[in-house]
Amino acid sequence: MNDFWRKGEPYIWTTAAALATTLLLAAVLIVVVLVNGLGVFWPSRVAVAELQDGTRVMGEIIRHEAIFDGEGQRVQFKIGNRDLYGLDFRWVNEADINRMSYPDDVIVLERQEHGNFYGTLANLEGRTVTSPAQGWAELRQRLRQLAGEQDRIAEMSGKLADLNGQVARLRLRERKLLYRGLTAEDARVAELQTRRETLERRFHELADQQSDLISSLRERTATFVDVSGNEREMPLVDIVRPYQPNRMSLPAKVAHYAGKLWELLSDEPRESNTEGGLFPAIFGTVMLIFVMSLFSFPLGVLAAIYLREYAKEGVIVRMVRIAVNNLAGIPSIVYGIFGLAFFVYGIGGSIDQLFFPERLPDPTFGTGGILWASLTLSLLTVPVVIVATEEALGAIPNGVREGSLALGATKLQTLTRILLPMASPGIMTGLILAMARAAGEVAPLMITGVVKLAPSLPLDGQFPFLHLDRKFMHLGFHIYDIGFQSPNVEAAKPMVFVTTLLLVLIVLVMSSVAIRLRNKMKKRYTYSTF
Amino acid sequence: MTETQIVTVADPVVQVENLNFFYGNAKALHNIGLDFPRNQVTALIGPSGCGKSTLLRCINRMNDLVDTARVEGSILLDGMEINTPTMDVIELRRRVGMVFQKSNPFPKSIYENVIYGMRIAGIGDKATLDETVERSLKSAALWDEVKDRLHESALGLSGGQMQRLCIARAIAVNPEVVLMDEPCSALDPKSTARVEELIADLRDRYTIIIVTHNMQQAARVSDYTAFLFEGILIEFGETKNLFVKPKNKQTEDYITGRFG
Repeated sequence: MNDFWRKGEPYIWTTAAALATTLLLAAVLIVVVLVNGLGVFWPSRVAVAELQDGTRVMGEIIRHEAIFDGEGQRVQFKIGNRDLYGLDFRWVNEADINRMSYPDDVIVLERQEHGNFYGTLANLEGRTVTSPAQGWAELRQRLRQLAGEQDRIAEMSGKLADLNGQVARLRLRERKLLYRGLTAEDARVAELQTRRETLERRFHELADQQSDLISSLRERTATFVDVSGNEREMPLVDIVRPYQPNRMSLPAKVAHYAGKLWELLSDEPRESNTEGGLFPAIFGTVMLIFVMSLFSFPLGVLAAIYLREYAKEGVIVRMVRIAVNNLAGIPSIVYGIFGLAFFVYGIGGSIDQLFFPERLPDPTFGTGGILWASLTLSLLTVPVVIVATEEALGAIPNGVREGSLALGATKLQTLTRILLPMASPGIMTGLILAMARAAGEVAPLMITGVVKLAPSLPLDGQFPFLHLDRKFMHLGFHIYDIGFQSPNVEAAKPMVFVTTLLLVLIVLVMSSVAIRLRNKMKKRYTYSTF
Repeated sequence: MTETQIVTVADPVVQVENLNFFYGNAKALHNIGLDFPRNQVTALIGPSGCGKSTLLRCINRMNDLVDTARVEGSILLDGMEINTPTMDVIELRRRVGMVFQKSNPFPKSIYENVIYGMRIAGIGDKATLDETVERSLKSAALWDEVKDRLHESALGLSGGQMQRLCIARAIAVNPEVVLMDEPCSALDPKSTARVEELIADLRDRYTIIIVTHNMQQAARVSDYTAFLFEGILIEFGETKNLFVKPKNKQTEDYITGRFG
């Protein structure tokens, strides 16, 4: 027994247990997210339960749980049809269920609004459906035809946005001229005005055309009945995707899953973000991290070089170093407030007054945007880069510096040709940590430019292509928004897990790329002792 | 105060006069006066902390890198004072090369290591560089071992090869003086023998000043030897005289191994 303590076994066990606990917690988190996130798009079967009181319930079975304060179990159904019932979910006691069945003809509709519809097809464009199989085939065929029309509408929307942008630019130029003191009768103002009016006429013509097309499409409807016989007539264009889960084969389910996944990655959100895709949020997150790196990487590396290679070691340098380390401990919301006050109102407000006075009081840069959010985040992450770079430079043997200087190299040449390449793996580590930290921050973004739904991306085909003043969407904020701010939290839950999974994946992909790069550098520059 | 033996040297390259050196308030070198003869090997010997490395690093002003260092007195290189603010340190270090105790190849290819001095001087002519690499590596007796892998990393060489690469790198820029700070202390006996042979070969073209802990090595490779003790130059003379018939009691004690 004495031997047992003397050898230090318990201490080794304690360290191992600490590591195991950390890994376990991380693993549990990842597994929970994976299990909940991966299953969301799988088309589950739709059950019809006949209750003892003679009514029937149709929906996807979400979960079973023991009845609190009683015997037996209860089942949660996702019954959908929010426009008919008001609620998406319903609890049914298992004891009340007489019979469960999974009829083949059940159709699930993903819709533009009001969530899923569960029911059967009764009437298609005025003709009563007699054979369910034939009705289903015709429904799918009609929807395919409509897809072409919908593409035309989308194309028109693009043109409309273009025209709108041109009109807005002309209006701004007009205002600029007026602001400079020209009168409305001036030839240049008048010319702009006529050009604008022509564009506006074209805009209205096109808009009218589009709304005509839309209302003609909306006249094509189908009527569905729910399990209790309630009818619901809806325009075909409102149907995003119909499917018959009880009849689907495995390959069809896989195809459905892949289609949903693609929609997630490439489409815009619908239904106050609880359905549809996440493309704008993915784009916003990646671009935010990218722009943040552009600022924080050079700033941090240069600051660290000065601190380590040029500054004379002394009280001041030591204090600066302590301050830099402490910067990392400031709550991120404080950075957000600083960003709002200094970047948004201070710098942004001044830019507006100097360069865009004609647009005031509408702010251009004087309001939250991806540029200010990136700058705020780079402020937050720059200490990480500084510390990592300093440590990497400090780890280089002094002999290498002296060897270079003794050959007649200047300090700058030594730095750029020898020290920076040798420190690059360490600097990369700092950048990886900084990126991971930035990807996980939400609080400072909420007051410097993130929004629930951004009408346009910060990078698009409209001149000048890069719009750093625009507001943006972000996966982290998205999680908070749909998970806690959504009117229908229960329905949004699957999307929360999917978004979390996506955010984790993005961080993973970005870090893996950086780690690969670092390993490559390490191989080249590692200084092995003999 | 011991009596310093001043031996007049016919053709001195580096002349040290009344040199005092301080680290902050601590005086490391006391009134050193010493001439290093051209195209000869001079060994600096003495116990640890006696200031021999400090003296060596004064000659290419590597001590500038130490914030608290301060120099008094004069060092002439070919008759020109180097301890002046107007002296171009970069030019000085090109004329006075240095090899360190611990070999310090850069994490680059063997080829790039050798031509580093020329690259930073802005010489980019491929033929000149190729020629320099071959000449320097041949002079450093490394050519035959590495000629087939010039573009592989220098970090893959053995310890002895690395040190010879550092010597090749130092002589690639054609310095007048090569300073060696215990170049063999981290090497095994076989590599040490090779480096010593190399020093003997290099003597014809370069003035070599070598700091060593190893008395036998000083006796083997050097023409002149200076013995320092506690920052004071105790004795300086031709190696064959100093080792056989030291004039100073302390020198005799040291070289016979009674202290140090």
